[in-house]
Amino acid sequence: MNKILAVAGVVIKELYRRKDFYILFILTALMTLLLGSVNLFNDDRIVRYLKEICLLLIWLSTLIIAITTAARQIPFEREQRTIFPLLAKPIARWQVVLGKFAGCWLASGLALIVFYGFFALISASREHTLPAAHYFQALWLHWLMLGIVIALTLLGSVALTTPAANVTIVFILSVGILFVGEHLHKVAGRMSEPASTLVTLGYFLLPHLEFFDVRRLIIHDWPLIEWTYIGGATLYGLAYAAFFLLAACLVFRRKALN
Amino acid sequence: MLKARLILVLLFVVSFSLATYLQPVRAAREEAGGESGGVLALLLGDGRKMFANQFFAKADAYFHRGNYPSIFDNEPHHEENHMAGEAAHGEHAGEDHDEDEHKLAPAQDWIERFGRHFYPTEHVHLEAGGEREMLPWLRLSAELDPHRVATYTVTAYWLRSRLNKVNEAEAFLRDGLRANPNDPEILYELGRLFYESRQDPVRAKNLWLLARKRWQETEASKETPNKLLLEQILGGLAALEVQAGRPREAIPYLKELKAASPDPAEIQKRIDEILTGAVAPPAKSKE
Repeated sequence: MNKILAVAGVVIKELYRRKDFYILFILTALMTLLLGSVNLFNDDRIVRYLKEICLLLIWLSTLIIAITTAARQIPFEREQRTIFPLLAKPIARWQVVLGKFAGCWLASGLALIVFYGFFALISASREHTLPAAHYFQALWLHWLMLGIVIALTLLGSVALTTPAANVTIVFILSVGILFVGEHLHKVAGRMSEPASTLVTLGYFLLPHLEFFDVRRLIIHDWPLIEWTYIGGATLYGLAYAAFFLLAACLVFRRKALN
Repeated sequence: MLKARLILVLLFVVSFSLATYLQPVRAAREEAGGESGGVLALLLGDGRKMFANQFFAKADAYFHRGNYPSIFDNEPHHEENHMAGEAAHGEHAGEDHDEDEHKLAPAQDWIERFGRHFYPTEHVHLEAGGEREMLPWLRLSAELDPHRVATYTVTAYWLRSRLNKVNEAEAFLRDGLRANPNDPEILYELGRLFYESRQDPVRAKNLWLLARKRWQETEASKETPNKLLLEQILGGLAALEVQAGRPREAIPYLKELKAASPDPAEIQKRIDEILTGAVAPPAKSKE
């Protein structure tokens, strides 16, 4: 466990040394504040459009941070040849993969806390309420979703040849699932065979990232989600992350490093 | 040397000729468009009309507090935009509602069943001032497509009738009139504003008379004219006369309305009531 945490610690340090997070956070904050300053029919109580845009930017930014951070971990170690001294230490390959995952996931969690803190501040300044439990649910589910994406990216980083291809594929896949994942079976119903079966198979096999997207509930002030469903989503997310991590470990175990 | 000078003169002549050709073309385009375009027009071109429709639908999604079908849902119940429907007919949200019609179809599998806990599934409408949340998307829709008349009339309805922002509603309708000069629908809505919100029947009458004139100029010759608009204009004019204590002056409007109405017998009944003196001035406003 200590070895995994040691590798994770290095990844977290890397996040705050790099400028990606700061740039994305500043952009999100600037755009939100700029839109918040627009006068709409002399009514300063209009807030939901601002919440929607702020959350959209947060989702985009954290997806970019998580994917780019995870995608460069192992390829960068190989490229710089630092993977050899790392593996010369008493650490197994699966521990390196788990350490990289833990680091990326925790770093994304830290970024999420900052982003959601800003979001809470903006919405509280307009709504004069702070539904902390709602925001916690949204943040928790968002973090779980990033866990799946990070695990998938790590798998891509050991299976695909270039980090750029990995980033592109995972980003398109994640955004695609978020947009159409829940509708795949409806789309399949209108298709002919064998495409219909293939799409239905995809519907049941792909991780449904949309479970973790509760933005509409947050924007429109719906009541809390029952905690049992949050628990169900947590198990679902962890299961997919574990599956992708296991696959990454298996691929990395047999991977030639030179 | 002479050759170089001649080339220079030739280039100057070509530049000048191009300028004299391009400047009037650009001016004509700006005039025809009725607007300079702005950044959005520059970036999106004609595609902004598509985005304008999208944002208008987005405002309706906000009206339903985020519960809105996607393009993959083939549920017929959202064919009518409730936000626009309520603005056109003046019905209160929920009054004329068949709740069964808006229930979700049963989930096909466990993924769909489980997923429904993470997005809004209950059919509700914004109320008690919450309607203000639709306004940013309506404003954006109007910015993107200033010739989409419904955006102005719907926005003005919500501003004046639910949010009590009569000045803002009037200003927005006047923006609409600038982009769509003498449009009968905007003129009618402006008349409604003066009649219902400002209690100024004289200006309301002038606006409705102008709206009727413009309707006859623009709509009457169409294959499928907007008869509902004409009915609303004539009904408003007749109501104004009755309210002003001149019921007999309402008869020409009612006769015209009878010709356009899908229920002429009802209109005839109203004419008969006026002729027999059985009509009392109605309540001043619907709201």
